[in-house]
Amino acid sequence: MSALEPTTPSVPKRAGWAWRPFALTLPALLLLVAVIGYPLFTIVLRSLSEPQWGAQNYVWFFGTPVNLTVLQRTFVISAWVTLVCVVCAYPYAYLMTAVGPRVRLALVLCVLIPFWVSGVVRTLSWVILLQDSGVINSVLRSVGLDGVRLIRTQTGVVIGMAQVLLPFMILPLYSVMRGIDLRLMRAAQSLGARPFRAFFTVYLPLSLPGVYAGAIIVFILALGFYITPALLGGPRSTMLSTLVQTQVLSLLQWGRGGAMGVVLLVTTFVLLALAAPVMRSRHREAGRR
Amino acid sequence: MEMKPLTRVILGLVCLLVAIWLVAPTLVVVPMSFNENKSLAFPPQGFSWQWYQNFFTNPDWTSSFLNSLKVASIVAVLATVLGTLAAFGLDRMRARPANVLRMLMLTPMVVPGVVLAIGIYAVYLDAHLVGTLTGFVLAHTILALPFVLIAVSANLEVFDKRLETAAASLGAGALTTFRTVTLPLILPGMLSGLLFAFATSFDEIVVSLFITNPYLKTLPVQIFSSITRDADPTVAAVGTILLCATTLLIGGGMLLLGRERKGRP
Repeated sequence: MSALEPTTPSVPKRAGWAWRPFALTLPALLLLVAVIGYPLFTIVLRSLSEPQWGAQNYVWFFGTPVNLTVLQRTFVISAWVTLVCVVCAYPYAYLMTAVGPRVRLALVLCVLIPFWVSGVVRTLSWVILLQDSGVINSVLRSVGLDGVRLIRTQTGVVIGMAQVLLPFMILPLYSVMRGIDLRLMRAAQSLGARPFRAFFTVYLPLSLPGVYAGAIIVFILALGFYITPALLGGPRSTMLSTLVQTQVLSLLQWGRGGAMGVVLLVTTFVLLALAAPVMRSRHREAGRR
Repeated sequence: MEMKPLTRVILGLVCLLVAIWLVAPTLVVVPMSFNENKSLAFPPQGFSWQWYQNFFTNPDWTSSFLNSLKVASIVAVLATVLGTLAAFGLDRMRARPANVLRMLMLTPMVVPGVVLAIGIYAVYLDAHLVGTLTGFVLAHTILALPFVLIAVSANLEVFDKRLETAAASLGAGALTTFRTVTLPLILPGMLSGLLFAFATSFDEIVVSLFITNPYLKTLPVQIFSSITRDADPTVAAVGTILLCATTLLIGGGMLLLGRERKGRP
């Protein structure tokens, strides 16, 4: 057992690679600069310099009614998707905290299964389901609702996007709800509050951090959605991402496409910055618990 | 918490509907893939294997599938190595710079896909990387990196550093310490990072759509162009194959994990 004999001095030095931790992050950072930083910089630069230097592309973007309509629509669709997600995720996440381990596993699996399936394939499923000759329309027709159009409409886009984004709402909501002490509800009820009142004055406020976190994530992801609106939407449900793609790939207007991209990017980061204090306070609370 | 029976029933029903909404659409590709007609109209007519046959014999589909496998395998290894190194670096840094760098490295998750895609496309056009294996691997690696970083960092957070000190004090060199103490303990994080990185690359579509060309297509690009071009049920067959493959992988992984856990005292 010679290995047990200490060969190093009594003060053990830290493990060898502990030196220069920055060097360890360097490869990842270099790739980040090359494949994220430099391309984004290029886009900002092009939005300001093509065809000539100036803010012309931004003036064009904010001065063209069509663009403003699409910008507004992007926000409206994202807001609808967020709302649908909150409404569907809240009872679902609550049930996850209230059932036994077996049912909970089933509920968790239902949330995770969509993640196993390729995103494009999932959108394909919605194309099949929502098309004019699709399942949902047949059902609607059999109950007398004829001529409801789902594909190539905003409703169709919202349905498809909300399904894809729902897990991002359920998981943060569940992690917050799991930490809520249910004895508080019992205490409120024992003090005479009706179940509804106990829910609205005790449970709901305690679960709001989860709602905020999930809603911010869903809204931000929805803003940048590209595939689902491209496949499920029509000309009247175009979102900003599709417009960017058209400007760059079809019209070769790098300046205009870049300006739109920068607007989308800045909006995303502003929202993230606004959300950061909420998330941080939630973190601190979780740490205290 | 006490619930009235009626509330309980309504809650259960709502959740059942949400669960169906989450899962059912993914399963609709299965019946469609056996359609006899070349159409995606529901319900499918008749029964045939022709779309599976088409997937395995049509060079458009086979080559894009092989490309995706190739790209995703390289990306999984590269992202795991870079992500693990970075996670170690951040773990051993002072908190303030580590937080800034961590946030920077997570940005690929929040930058809207199309914005990133046109940026990368612009740079790749100049660098002649459009439609190349290198181009795909670089772009997918940076998109997969955050997942590895998160997985390995989570593992390092619960990792007891005194174990390394103990190993070092017993005379183990840096490399031996890493190999015999650190690596086995962070292996679960690395493996789940590897899996996530593979899945991210295999599934990536937005950036891929921009940096693809007729010579190099990945599977999601091929699926997307097939959906937009015509109603070819081969996409449903591909969807079904992918669904079965992931279910087998995850089911197998869960079984293995369960057995391992049971085997331990």
